[in-house]
Amino acid sequence: MRKFEAVRSKALPLNRADVDTDQIIPAKYLKRIERSGFGQFLFDDWRKDPEFILNEAVFSGSRILLAGANFGCGSSREHAPWALEDYGFRALIAPSFADIFRNNCAKIGLLTITLAPEDVEFLIARAEELPEAETVVDLESQTVATADGSFVRSFEIDPAVKRNLLEGLDAIGLTLEHEEDISSFEEVRPDRFPSTVSKDAPV
Amino acid sequence: MPTIAEKIWEEHLVRREEGIPDLLYIDLHLVHEVTSPQAFESLRIAGRPVRRPDRTLATVDHNVPTEGRDQIWDDPLSIQQVETLRTNCSEFGVPLYDIDDPRQGIVHVVGPEQGLSQPGMTIVCGDSHTSTHGALGALAFGIGTSEVEHVLATQTLPQAPQRTMAIEINGELSAGVTAKDVILTVINTIGVGGGAGHIIEYRGEVIRSLSMEGRLTICNMSIEAGARAGLVAPDETTFSYLEGRRGSPVGSAWEQALDHWRSLATDEGAHFDTTVTLDGGDIEPCVTWGTNPAQSVPVSGRVPDPADATSEAAREQTERALRYMDLDAGTALADVSLDRVFIGSCTNSRLEDLRAAAATVRGRQVASGVRAMVVPGSGLVKVAAEAEGLDQVFRDAGFEWRDAGCSMCLGMNPDILLPGERCASTSNRNFEGRQGPGGRTHLVSPQMAAAAAIAGHFVDVREWEMR
Repeated sequence: MRKFEAVRSKALPLNRADVDTDQIIPAKYLKRIERSGFGQFLFDDWRKDPEFILNEAVFSGSRILLAGANFGCGSSREHAPWALEDYGFRALIAPSFADIFRNNCAKIGLLTITLAPEDVEFLIARAEELPEAETVVDLESQTVATADGSFVRSFEIDPAVKRNLLEGLDAIGLTLEHEEDISSFEEVRPDRFPSTVSKDAPV
Repeated sequence: MPTIAEKIWEEHLVRREEGIPDLLYIDLHLVHEVTSPQAFESLRIAGRPVRRPDRTLATVDHNVPTEGRDQIWDDPLSIQQVETLRTNCSEFGVPLYDIDDPRQGIVHVVGPEQGLSQPGMTIVCGDSHTSTHGALGALAFGIGTSEVEHVLATQTLPQAPQRTMAIEINGELSAGVTAKDVILTVINTIGVGGGAGHIIEYRGEVIRSLSMEGRLTICNMSIEAGARAGLVAPDETTFSYLEGRRGSPVGSAWEQALDHWRSLATDEGAHFDTTVTLDGGDIEPCVTWGTNPAQSVPVSGRVPDPADATSEAAREQTERALRYMDLDAGTALADVSLDRVFIGSCTNSRLEDLRAAAATVRGRQVASGVRAMVVPGSGLVKVAAEAEGLDQVFRDAGFEWRDAGCSMCLGMNPDILLPGERCASTSNRNFEGRQGPGGRTHLVSPQMAAAAAIAGHFVDVREWEMR
């Protein structure tokens, strides 16, 4: 996983609540077997509208996405974080995120930041008014700030997620360091749990 | 005094350390073609095996066609994805219910049907509707592809603690009101993000009196309220559903299992972080009018007016939804006419759903101008329905009778809406473009969908003669 580094960039304001992962990446693009290259399909249906915010040239190169509450709801498709990351986003800021989506982002080094609704509203209004104005996200100090320093907010993050993001750790490798714990757990499990390997004819 | 969710959590604790998420053991990992290829590929690159192929089961459901399976599909990317799953399962030793296997079907129909989803288990799948299996009293939740890889390699998942939510539905449902209407009402009440961060336990007289199929429908849509997992404590309904199924224990192991399963129920006086109470008698057949599953009204109701919204943001959201759905505020739902009807999906494609839909259409004809299809949830559901003659009832009424798969729930196979088409659907998501770009989805119960197919517009099934 890529290590997360501080981001200083324009912020793209997507002022909508309950943005679902079907919008972030429509199902027809889930047929690829690769992990990369999904950015071109990000918000594919919405981008057909020339006025959609992603089509505004002034926001191109934004690495921070601002959005409404419950961002990433719906399908568990990790293709949604892949598409956002591949498009160039490194940090997402919203009043809340859907649980599975937030987990998926953490696994690929995409930082999700939860701020109070009024703070997100402020940042969205500012980005709409001053598209070139930069925002600074620093994970080490857990802060979001406007580049002029007039607005600074700290955010909460699970310490384990923070460490994994900063160090770009391999979650599976970390778990396998405790392989003995898994083996001893399996040894004392009752054996009545169903096996998927059937020698029977289909029932 | 723990809840059932907390009991299952503690029973699966492999490792707990201050400051990092608990490491939980996973009893059953279900796999399908769409969210697994990148996980297997990463295992291959890292040289890691699948730790427990005997706790892993794959099937093909999202992409597969629901007709003409004996011919070459006109979709090279889907073929590649299915072929990739075959190669991966064979290389890593994972059992696969392939397209020609009679047990093939929607992964969330297959698990319970095979008796592989049992009370007290932890169950995951790279699919958000994994919450379905909670109906059996399991802790079941959807995961992303990185987590799929993690479970394949380690049979465990690090999990941050979740809050608990009780949704208690007391009283009795009226005739014509189904589990689908219960869950649509719940989502409408708490909102699409209302269950975020929570494991929901469904409780109360209405839940107790529901069949296993009904409970599966309810738990299936927990994610539409933002909850990764929703469950129902096991009871006699659960045990009689499981007894004799392929994966169920037998003999003394069955007795031991029963003893354990009975101990799982939430203790008297256990604490829930959030409690929501509804009266089953107040629930009516529901229809969604908007572009998320919380945007529903009773069938006797009207499309809401954005002017009545409580905030500017809510007004804009309603306006956007109405624009997409091409609906005018104040329109009676009964005046909304349809182009398509879809009966299927992991929400409503089991035998009981098909029986209810068949009773609604028996001896009647699909309205002219409406194209209607029934897609059974699994090959075995299809066989069972045909043994009862349900396929003939549907065919006689003018429905298409298809092979098992996810089909028009998410439009990854050829079963999609055309732009602008309006569909009554028994599936779980009415998001923009969900059933095909520009398509308009109204979520309803199987009875409501079936009656709408006959009438050509929504009708109140409480006034419908069932046959």
